[in-house]
Amino acid sequence: MISVHLVLFLVFGAIAVAGAVNLLVQRHPINSALSLIAVMAALAGEYLLLGAEFVAAVQVIVYAGAIMVLFVFTIMLLNAGEEERTQGSRVAFMFGIPGMLLGSLLVAWVVLKHSGTEAVNAGVWDSASIPARSVPGSPETIGPLLFHEFLLPFEITSILILVAIMGAVVLASRPTAPGGPPQKVKD
Amino acid sequence: MVPLSYYLVLSGILFACGVTGFLIKRNIITIFMSIELMLNGVNLSFVAFAAHWHTLSGQVFVFFVMVVAAAEAAVGLAIIISVYRTRETLNVDQVNLLKL
Repeated sequence: MISVHLVLFLVFGAIAVAGAVNLLVQRHPINSALSLIAVMAALAGEYLLLGAEFVAAVQVIVYAGAIMVLFVFTIMLLNAGEEERTQGSRVAFMFGIPGMLLGSLLVAWVVLKHSGTEAVNAGVWDSASIPARSVPGSPETIGPLLFHEFLLPFEITSILILVAIMGAVVLASRPTAPGGPPQKVKD
Repeated sequence: MVPLSYYLVLSGILFACGVTGFLIKRNIITIFMSIELMLNGVNLSFVAFAAHWHTLSGQVFVFFVMVVAAAEAAVGLAIIISVYRTRETLNVDQVNLLKL
């Protein structure tokens, strides 16, 4: 029996895979960036199907919004053009691609064959970790987990972000002569 | 309803596309986007396992992966800008200063 969930999963999955393949075949980086945004939006739909509403919202806001804007800005800033194709080796085309297809088909067959067919959202949630009258995957349930059980990783990621900001500023700023004023920008 | 294995296969396909792009692309920005694609594939399997085992820890881990991806994107794009400033190219084949 085909359910609405399965149809939606297949639609979003098809969009995601098409975007990922398009990322590979496009030659201009801006086209790759736009197809990556399509992949992320489709994945947000998959998260909604899995009952992870907050993760889906954050996926759209942080990934498709912030991170991809950074990518598009860099592409624009560096005026990146089409990449030139290099000639691939013939051995890679003769053995690599059939081997990769064979291997991935084998892995997919094993995963599909040897795992249960029960639905991913069947069963009940552990009611101890979830406050009363709240939906699993909503900010209400994720917040306490993030700020109690995962408090130390959360604090460590804040340090990571701080280091990343400082590193980005230091790396992207124009190099200055030692002890002297900043160098003149030449056009 | 959708079995867990379907999500895992989709996640594997996305990860494999990311690995392929990392290997065959020559533009350094596109290589970087392939890494993001790999991270997204892994995130999907995190959320699928979280739904399967009825625990929210997997969803919290997705946030940490996103934070690491954001930090990596900021630093990596700054490195790309600095490489472009010195080498005037985005092609990874021409960034070969360490090559013998």
